[in-house]
Amino acid sequence: MTSRTPLYDEHLRLGARIVDFAGWEMPVQYTGVIDEHRAVRTAAGLFDVSHMGQLEVTGPEATDAVQYLTTNDVRKMTDGRAQYSILCNERGTVVDDIIVYRFSSTRYIIVVNASNAAKDFAWCKSHLKGNAAIRDASDEYALIAFQGPLAAEILAGFTDVDLAAIPSYHFRQGKVAGRDAIVARTGYTGEDGFELFTAPSDATPIWQALLEKGKARGVAPAGLGARDTLRLEMKYSLYGHEITEETNPLEAGLGWVVKLDTPEDFIGKAAIVEIKRKGLPRALAGFKMTDAGIPRQGYPILIDGKAAGIVTSGTMSPSLEYAIGIGYVPRDSAATDTEISIDIRGRARKATVVETPFYKRKVTSE
Amino acid sequence: MNAPDDLKYTKEHEWVKVEGKTATIGITYHAQSQLGDIVYVELPGEGETITKDETFGVVESVKAVSDCYAPISGKVIEVNDPLAESPETLNEDCYGEGWMVRVEMSDVSELSELMDQKKYLAFVAEETA
Repeated sequence: MTSRTPLYDEHLRLGARIVDFAGWEMPVQYTGVIDEHRAVRTAAGLFDVSHMGQLEVTGPEATDAVQYLTTNDVRKMTDGRAQYSILCNERGTVVDDIIVYRFSSTRYIIVVNASNAAKDFAWCKSHLKGNAAIRDASDEYALIAFQGPLAAEILAGFTDVDLAAIPSYHFRQGKVAGRDAIVARTGYTGEDGFELFTAPSDATPIWQALLEKGKARGVAPAGLGARDTLRLEMKYSLYGHEITEETNPLEAGLGWVVKLDTPEDFIGKAAIVEIKRKGLPRALAGFKMTDAGIPRQGYPILIDGKAAGIVTSGTMSPSLEYAIGIGYVPRDSAATDTEISIDIRGRARKATVVETPFYKRKVTSE
Repeated sequence: MNAPDDLKYTKEHEWVKVEGKTATIGITYHAQSQLGDIVYVELPGEGETITKDETFGVVESVKAVSDCYAPISGKVIEVNDPLAESPETLNEDCYGEGWMVRVEMSDVSELSELMDQKKYLAFVAEETA
């Protein structure tokens, strides 16, 4: 069974190529991945990410419940804040990566990956502690990501929300194009931008308004293809690639969202403490190819000619115009400038570990 | 869709242009369009032999890796080397500047297994229906 987002007809109208993604008929590209990628870096791109799931946790002890489910410190959040976090299992490996939105101490929305939405809901429901309730509210929201250096300026023309008062990882509720929306300064591209939660029936008019207004200045719809290359240039993890139920957040470089020093427990905390005590044998490194070839998920990483790691993601970087990759390597091979090789169809191709993010946003006068 | 009437085609969306014993090989408009932005091409070297229905090259888009299958067997006599530096040529001009290799055919009878323009267009229509 496949599902369609409220923007499906809009994608067809815009000439999108549709692919199945986690059971959703999603646009992978409209005019081309490279064009769309560059539109996001230089102007702004509109992404339909309505396939992502929204789990709502409510109740007098909602804060404690979310604290127990997630690795980051929820108690530090105030109303209107968003927090990147992880759902771990008891083994200390990753069930999903998520963003937690706090509306009040008794109401949170957790945004989860489409591919994990059903699993996450079942997981959270069966691990929900105290006086709190959880429900899958995914059908009540469309989600549009509007990302790029022009996003704030263009969105400002359509909303009563003071965008300057929303720092990164904060959100406010208000009107966009005359319709109720949650306006969050979050994203997955490395650019400034917003994610707009709306009622499903309001998604198309908001999408059309932003696109119509921005078109002349280079704003374009962007598909899942560009979403992937944009996140890859930032070395943002993608579930199923860098993080899975076989990887722990520390080796994935996500220790900054795993708070081991809080008095409260969370699922997987004991296991992660133990993983940390033992030391991490591998680390997630970013590398650029110095030989020809494009690294892809699953290709072996060779150290001194021997298979010692594995590529989790790779592409030809549209911004940098060379091939880049992310992969797990032995901890002592993860330092910048380390020479490694990638086994590309049986041939060892040279690569160098580099600093990440691969792409650094140009400093704007904002 | 775009497929010239003087070429022969495979089900894997390669085209062949025959001139005597020489065959020029490339990928079709449909193939490049399905791939999207092509960013990497790997081709055999001059003098190597390629075998019908076996991989002779690789084309990569931003998203994916695709094998190219040899439409016919023979020895590679010329390679379109500039493609390595400008793989986007495959998107821009797949039947012209985007040709991949020229091959001296070892068995001309293999050509009879390829589709003509009409059959190929019908095949694509059916595949994308």
